[in-house]
Amino acid sequence: MSTLLEVEDLDVHYGRPGAPGSVKAVDGVSFTVERGRTLGLVGESGCGKSTTGYAILQLVRPSGGRVLFDGTDLCTLDKASLRRMRRKLQIIFQDAHASLNPRMPIGDLVGEALDIHGLYPGAKRAKRIRELLDMVGMAGHLIERYPHELSGGQAQRIAICRALAVEPELIVCDEPVSALDVSIQAQIVNLLQDLQQRLGLAYIFISHDLSVVRHVSDDIAVMYLGKIVERAGKHEIYDAPAHPYTKSLMSAVPVPDPDIEARRQRIILKGDLPDPAHPPSGCRFRTRCPIAIDECAKVEPLQHPLAPGHWAKCIRL
Amino acid sequence: MPLLSVRNLQTRFATDRGIVRAVNGVSFDLEEGEVLGLVGESGSGKSVTALSIMRLVPEPPGKVTADSLTLEGTDLLRLSEADAREIRGSRMAMIFQDPMRSLNPVLTIGRQLTEVLRRHQKLSGTAARRRAIELLETVGIPMAEKRLAAYPHQFSGGMRQRVMIAIALSCNPRLLIADEATTALDVTIQAQIIDLVKRLQRERGTSVIWISHDLGVVAGLCDRVNVMYAGNVVETAPIRELFHRPSHGYTLGLMGSTPRVDGSGTARLTPIEGMPPNLIDPIPLCPFLPRCRVSVPACQARPPERREFGVGHWASCLADLAK
Repeated sequence: MSTLLEVEDLDVHYGRPGAPGSVKAVDGVSFTVERGRTLGLVGESGCGKSTTGYAILQLVRPSGGRVLFDGTDLCTLDKASLRRMRRKLQIIFQDAHASLNPRMPIGDLVGEALDIHGLYPGAKRAKRIRELLDMVGMAGHLIERYPHELSGGQAQRIAICRALAVEPELIVCDEPVSALDVSIQAQIVNLLQDLQQRLGLAYIFISHDLSVVRHVSDDIAVMYLGKIVERAGKHEIYDAPAHPYTKSLMSAVPVPDPDIEARRQRIILKGDLPDPAHPPSGCRFRTRCPIAIDECAKVEPLQHPLAPGHWAKCIRL
Repeated sequence: MPLLSVRNLQTRFATDRGIVRAVNGVSFDLEEGEVLGLVGESGSGKSVTALSIMRLVPEPPGKVTADSLTLEGTDLLRLSEADAREIRGSRMAMIFQDPMRSLNPVLTIGRQLTEVLRRHQKLSGTAARRRAIELLETVGIPMAEKRLAAYPHQFSGGMRQRVMIAIALSCNPRLLIADEATTALDVTIQAQIIDLVKRLQRERGTSVIWISHDLGVVAGLCDRVNVMYAGNVVETAPIRELFHRPSHGYTLGLMGSTPRVDGSGTARLTPIEGMPPNLIDPIPLCPFLPRCRVSVPACQARPPERREFGVGHWASCLADLAK
């Protein structure tokens, strides 16, 4: 196993520091992604998980920290070098239809990705487009179709196809199946898993759906108000969650089994996410935490190691 | 007598391409205090079934017919528009996925709550205000009195859904229909809302129709489930029966497609291949046949009849899944 991506102390701040309404959307986030593996990034709306994904690709420029891809710090690259580098890092979004140009037929949408990076020029282009479509389970005769003629699942296949066209090593998947019906969702999840096996891709899988994340990820990082509060392997995160936020999150996810549901003890959190422009002092979760003590308001919790690859930020551990 | 009785409900829409049979012969009863789940994928007819019961289908282009559709003995289909409006809000109420679209953005929460109370319960201004505060407290909104003056955009998604529930409950309806009411919410907020619905159902004996594509939510909340496909109920069963002995190829397909957070599922999901049929052309055989993994030769020969699998458990499926 070797490290492909190393994110160190990543900050994304919106607004002038200290100005009213300025938000630390991502605040000191660090993690690594290994080649060929999947890191799940979970948390509730507004926790900064998508912003983290965008900042890795420099789609929003980080305010601080480093994003080392294969040893190169992406934050220091100029536009031209960054574009060359993006061949290695791709992203797919929740709303695939919105990410496809409605005036371009499918063949051109895939071909565009090749053209930008000067791949498969001339006669090889058409053949490569067919190969790529085949890889995502789309029949070659659809090449003339336009995005509006595609279902949600097909559109997501084309978005994946475009990402694959440049032969990336890492794909950031930002809620890629959240808008799809469960039967179609399963098709796309299986496709992403097959492609990973076949091409050795690494994924950062961002979703609010913990069941899907648990299913596809090797490791999971849980975010709350701009910070990672726990990181663990996929088994530990459900079987032995340590952070009180992770515990309540896991207990809130419904399981499709009435017997288990009847026995389950839910930890129902009080209230909503605090205003990210005015996060609580100390531990950001303390205002909703069932086990918070006075101390939690005073100190910022540090990583507490629990097992290899498993840590949580909570002073009550 | 059941609270709600639906017999052979058919809802069609006239479109440029032909008549869409969105709901095609749905029948079921809902008992007092029962929580019934409606599951199925987009276009299966769940929402249109609910809207038809609520008399909210615009006619034209829609056309709702039924052998009978009664709420506490009242024939819903024969109500005038004015009488239907009286019943909506007082005896039955509905909440939707996106509360922002159901709330008026330029009116305060208080105004929207008291409007219902003054209209249906003929309360005076002060009495309506007092009752509105009570209702907001019931659904767990802190500082309710202060919040009456707030506008919808000042509330979070979970709070807005609570307000919608408060409005829906304001006249003590016998029937509450929730259409994907927690789908847009984060899981911790979803857990709060489900907790709230369970408590209200227990304390007030309200009957609930819970529409969801999430089998997990349904497993934890419902007493019984109707599985819908292509405008029809294809299987109905008490909740434990459904999960222990799914008896329709489609139900089985849904379960195989659903990942589980507890990790007890299979390493690989079993998706339902293909797509649902269009509802314009008549479907002579089982509508799920082209996507079914468990079909038997008989499926090619005749449409499936309803088969009993237990008390209150039947499915329109010819395959034998009980093994």
